[in-house]
Amino acid sequence: MKAKIRKFATFVEEIQREMDREVSPPARKAAAVAVIENPFAGKYVEDLSELMAIGEELGELLTTRAVAALGIPGPSAESYGKAAAVGENGELEHAAAILHPKLGTPVRRVLGKGAALIPSSKKRGGLGTILDIPLGHKDAAFVRSHFDGMEVSINDAPRANEIMVAVAVTSSGRPLPRVGGLTKDQIKGEDGLR
Amino acid sequence: MPDVVVRKKLTCVEEIFHEGGPVAAKSLRRAAALVVIRNPFAGLYVANIESFMDDLKPLGLEMARTLVTALGGDPKVVEGYGKGAIVGSAGELEHGALWHVPGGYAMREVLGGAKAIVASTKKVGGPGTRLDIPITHINASYVRSHFDAMEIGINDAPRADEILLALVMTTGARVHARVGGLKASEIKGEDGLR
Repeated sequence: MKAKIRKFATFVEEIQREMDREVSPPARKAAAVAVIENPFAGKYVEDLSELMAIGEELGELLTTRAVAALGIPGPSAESYGKAAAVGENGELEHAAAILHPKLGTPVRRVLGKGAALIPSSKKRGGLGTILDIPLGHKDAAFVRSHFDGMEVSINDAPRANEIMVAVAVTSSGRPLPRVGGLTKDQIKGEDGLR
Repeated sequence: MPDVVVRKKLTCVEEIFHEGGPVAAKSLRRAAALVVIRNPFAGLYVANIESFMDDLKPLGLEMARTLVTALGGDPKVVEGYGKGAIVGSAGELEHGALWHVPGGYAMREVLGGAKAIVASTKKVGGPGTRLDIPITHINASYVRSHFDAMEIGINDAPRADEILLALVMTTGARVHARVGGLKASEIKGEDGLR
């Protein structure tokens, strides 16, 4: 294990009603979060490859946990997203090193496919920082019903020398989608966009 | 008798390996089950509200079972518990007090007759209100290593006419517990206190 993990947290949200209408089947999303030590806290380091390797490891760990929390097989997931919050002694580039070079491949391996870009967000912040994880359809980024987000936070993280890394997975889009656009049954799935 | 109308659910699980000290031989897990329901008494003063406690019992049992499942499925691993409620702005604190009996009954039932009083807290608040749910040992309130708390909340709940209900279970002591007092191994288990 490359990452020094202090704690995990998972969140599963299930929406059964919205504006007093039944949501059927319920809209469900899950996020898995790891709080890890930032090996580069407090110093400028040019080569961030250690964090890239940690990202690869967390991509698999967190996606597996999120899918298990939803109770679905990986390929049944519909949308996904990722995010990281760096504690105050780190830099935004540390979040970028975890999220962008290597985290996506194992996410897609666990989910079977994933032609679309994994939407992401990052920030630096203190304990209890709220991460809004952007969500998009995993095989076609333009599916409008699946543009969504999920909020996560952990009251005691990230500490100054930590990084909080999150992967979110859903088995549905928004609860009552009705703003048109590409629908999931129209996906061609060739270019990750439509 | 008013119906229990559920809008959404959120289940959160934390798994804690260390907090700056040695990595624990057995990680601590804390789970919270949150359910957002319509407040049948929102906007009015109703003198007789007691019967709603019975209406909430099946929901309490479902939430307690959700927690045991989230912690691996064996009720024997559960060592701590707590409960709480957040009442939306069109309700009163007394509506939150309706949760004491069904929430406590449900956890005792599912855990096979836990002896200690279930620690609790409640408040009136808007969407995104956070609640620190107190946690104590399930069989002896004075076990000092198990005094703990878990922060919960949902960004879009409770709305004015809703109540957010919460149950919490944990699998052990604080991860680096070392302030003495009654130990779990010293419980007599007669009065729910020691």
